[in-house]
Amino acid sequence: MLLIHCPYCEADHPELEFANAGEAHIVRPREMSNMSDEDFEAMFFIRDNPKGVSLERWRHVHGCGRFFNALRHTVSDTFLKVYKAGEARPSNDEIAKLIK
Amino acid sequence: MTQPFRIKGAGTLPHTRTIQFTFDGQSYEGYEGDTLASALLANGVHLMGRSFKYHRPRGVVAAGPEEPNALVGITRDRARHTPNVRASVQELYDGLNATSQNRFPTLNFDIGALNSLMSPFFPAGFYYKTFKWPAKAWDALYEPFIRRAAGLGEAPTESDPDRYVNRFAHCDVLIIGGGAAGLAAAQAAAEKSQSVILCDENPAMGGWLLADSDIQIDGQTGAQWAANMAAELATRDNVRLLTRTTGFGYFQHNMVGLVERITDHQARPEPSQPRERMWQVRAKQVVIAQGSIERAMVFPGNDRPGIVLAGAAQKWLNQYGVSVGSRIGVYTACDTAYAAAFDLHEAGIGIEVIVDYRKVVDETILAQAREHKIEVVLGATVAQTTGRLRINGMQVKTATGEQKEFDIDALLMSAGWTPSLHLYSQSRGKPVWDEASQRFLPGESPQDCICVGGCTGTDSMEQVLAEAERALGNKPRKFDIEDDVSTDGGIIGATGNSTEKGKAFVDFQNDVTAKDIALAVREGMHSIEHVKRYTTNGMATDQGKLSNMHGLAIAANLLKKPIPEVGLTTFRPPYTPTTFGSFVGHTRGPLFDPERKTPIHDWAVENGADFEPVSLWQRAWYFPRAGETMHEAVDRECRTTREIAGIFDASTLGKIEVTGPDAAAFMNIMYTNSWDKLKAGRAKYGIMCREDGFIYDDGVVGKLSDTRFHVTTTTGGAPRVLNHMEDYLQTEFPEMKVWLTSTSEQWATIAVQGPKAREIIEPLVTGADISAENFPHMSVVECKVCGVPARLFRISFTGELGFEINVPADYGRSIWDAVWRRAQPLGACAYGTEAMHVMRAEKGYIIVGQDTDGTVTPHDAGLSWAIAKSKPDFVGKRGMMRPDLVREGRRQLVGLKTSDPGKVLEEGAQIVEDPEQPVPMKMLGFVTSSYWSGTLGKSIALALIEDGSLRLGETLYVPMADEIIEVEVTGTVFYDEKGERLHG
Ligand SMILES: [Zn+2]
Repeated sequence: MLLIHCPYCEADHPELEFANAGEAHIVRPREMSNMSDEDFEAMFFIRDNPKGVSLERWRHVHGCGRFFNALRHTVSDTFLKVYKAGEARPSNDEIAKLIK
Repeated sequence: MTQPFRIKGAGTLPHTRTIQFTFDGQSYEGYEGDTLASALLANGVHLMGRSFKYHRPRGVVAAGPEEPNALVGITRDRARHTPNVRASVQELYDGLNATSQNRFPTLNFDIGALNSLMSPFFPAGFYYKTFKWPAKAWDALYEPFIRRAAGLGEAPTESDPDRYVNRFAHCDVLIIGGGAAGLAAAQAAAEKSQSVILCDENPAMGGWLLADSDIQIDGQTGAQWAANMAAELATRDNVRLLTRTTGFGYFQHNMVGLVERITDHQARPEPSQPRERMWQVRAKQVVIAQGSIERAMVFPGNDRPGIVLAGAAQKWLNQYGVSVGSRIGVYTACDTAYAAAFDLHEAGIGIEVIVDYRKVVDETILAQAREHKIEVVLGATVAQTTGRLRINGMQVKTATGEQKEFDIDALLMSAGWTPSLHLYSQSRGKPVWDEASQRFLPGESPQDCICVGGCTGTDSMEQVLAEAERALGNKPRKFDIEDDVSTDGGIIGATGNSTEKGKAFVDFQNDVTAKDIALAVREGMHSIEHVKRYTTNGMATDQGKLSNMHGLAIAANLLKKPIPEVGLTTFRPPYTPTTFGSFVGHTRGPLFDPERKTPIHDWAVENGADFEPVSLWQRAWYFPRAGETMHEAVDRECRTTREIAGIFDASTLGKIEVTGPDAAAFMNIMYTNSWDKLKAGRAKYGIMCREDGFIYDDGVVGKLSDTRFHVTTTTGGAPRVLNHMEDYLQTEFPEMKVWLTSTSEQWATIAVQGPKAREIIEPLVTGADISAENFPHMSVVECKVCGVPARLFRISFTGELGFEINVPADYGRSIWDAVWRRAQPLGACAYGTEAMHVMRAEKGYIIVGQDTDGTVTPHDAGLSWAIAKSKPDFVGKRGMMRPDLVREGRRQLVGLKTSDPGKVLEEGAQIVEDPEQPVPMKMLGFVTSSYWSGTLGKSIALALIEDGSLRLGETLYVPMADEIIEVEVTGTVFYDEKGERLHG
């Protein structure tokens, strides 16, 4: 069972209190009607599923109820970073540093 | 004579309390502190089980949790029978009742042993090769045969009456294994004021120290030193010692699962005590001190009762005071077996010979053997053994090819020691192959975890203790250690020529031989994972604790590849078999799943309702009167509602309050409908989609003001709908000023439906005019009902004039009673969910999740009218435009009329155009809802059918097992198509 740090509660809580909410930083366009089928496919269906650092969303559903983002290493399950929804995606350089 | 193999003066058991127990109905005596195995051995009993596949006679091999053979059933009473208990770890108690397994009719004479004669026909992969065709034979022949033959123990037939509990714990340091390394680590951590949990699977701390009669630490015997260390640790507030507690699983983020066995060793457990306790420990640091496990030698006939691990024999002698025989042979490739032989010899037991596979052995050890006058044969192999239910002899082939025979009644064997990497590997660490010592050792761990002692391959006691202290960041102190035993040597793989006659077992529990592994390699299994599955090597309940390394070495040798290239199979939890009870804990019976009940639940109980579960809710299904069948009750409830009125507990409806200046704009995004023009005081049927354009939920939404919506959801959908809304609000539209609140449990909801609905509630309502003119269908008003603040809707899920009264949940029952007092004299009834379903289907109202399945768009469901096409955006708008969702030939919701009006279709039944076509038929769709409509005097059904809306009037067929039912495609509304009744 994972131990997850909620950036809103600023505390570690057990995984039981959280729900994973899929990949992070997928932009839903405000004007969706004009999207091509290919763009819609990329936005809605295609996911990274990396072996390595996964940028993903979690919700502290049985806690504060907030959605937030996390960098989790899918091999070790280590959380490299958690940050609030709306904050910028960490740069690849920052991610590379966090792995070390 | 009782206990003829109990050796006077040997062992550390006090021998003060005699214990009576039975094995296969025969009474025996043992001592307090014995295991079942040590007590049986004291009585000269080696035969404890039959093997899994060949039903070969088997004795106990190991003195610890790695035991593959001696699995027995322990029975306390009819409900308390535990199968597959390892006799080597079951503690003896007064009246213990053990039975052997996997034999018929008796352990000494087992008919299943005929399998052994047939063994040429049961090679590796036998099941894969044989039980393939014909498919029919599976039910009649193969499965019953395999099930009977594959006889490990039997489960009890009654439910488990014992209690299991669960506990969470946090600590700075969790130490798994209370041997020398674990004790030293615990003391080092405790002295640094860290909070410590130290667990060990045995009844006492000490590990191998309890079996080692030679070693001296600081002037004490190993057992004394361990006892003093444990006693000192027990006095500390920051240390928790858990004995009889197995660390069975290492999970993410340093979460380790422990199972503490509380009563399995007691003769008469206190009823108040739980049987087991599951600990979920979150540790800042984990110290793994699992030690190592001795390997058996792989040679022909290595599985006869009386052939045991050398270390096990040493433990039985030095801890329990039991000898495994009186004329003992030794077959080894490792120095430790010599220590075992010397201990037995010093206790007066005859050691006939030590056969050492190695050509060269350290001279000091050979000198000791000479002192003991024990013959040592170097560079030799054991070629064969004899004896049916117990070993009585062995043939030894010397280095020069000479054959020698020895009469023996027990054989000790040691192929060296395998570091236990189970928990380390579960922590996702990658074992590293150490070429010099020919073993896998722990590498780095991705978690905050460190291995110490035998499981790291550290052999000398001095280094073990130093390592444990260093692991906790201490400078090792100096221990005074004497008479440490050498652990040099070892072999992995089979000894001798594998073409020799006789079976050389690698995996005792699954009856896998060296030849089986060779066959698997010949037949193309080149990865150890494939070899394992093809031969089942290491797949028994002992998970290959003795066999994995041998299997790997044999395969690698034949493949001519280095061992690390063939790979090591993955270790998975649990380390040893763990009861379901310990995982289940309290969550059984009524606590298995929470049950939700409405404020009106008790009224339904008092009035004889039958209930059905709907998600976690218990809902009144129907209210049978004396002598009524369900069918009759539902017919009556529907008829009464349509003719007079019915009242219905709709409190389980999900409810979400959407408030804020941007509430309408947010609703526009979340629902397909348009909410801009809806006036305050009006309600609307809303459809919610996912981004993919499929229906996700539906419900009536009341607009209370420009900034406040009362949203209802399906009963089961409330949590996910709120989650869906929160997701969009928090992450896509965070700028919107909207607040979402779950109010499902805050409002009790009472539906009053039928021609007399207004007459029933009108006198109860104050603060609102609910006349037909001023309160039309799809209205909502905040008012008072019986003086209680209420939200009153005029809506209908039955097609009749209808109202839904929402009052604060605490008033639910009293308002229901007040409504019932008005309704009953008028001849109205209470109705349940079944009548609700029938009446909604008569009107063609869908149930999301029954008439839709996550691949149905609003267009498919005939709800195009509820999509606001002019809105620039809503969730699902773009998804609905996908090519597959706009193509022709999609399944659409229609009604079905059976040619025989009395025939009620089965929900889920498939629909075809031509019932005469060959199988497999082309299926056009399926029935989603089907009921008998008493009101209409005929059956009704809804179905999803390809191009359904174009097929109105067509005749289709529903092929069933014994008949073909003819149906006509119709519209979805069966009753009051014009909707005159609900506007009444
Ligand atoms: Zn939180």
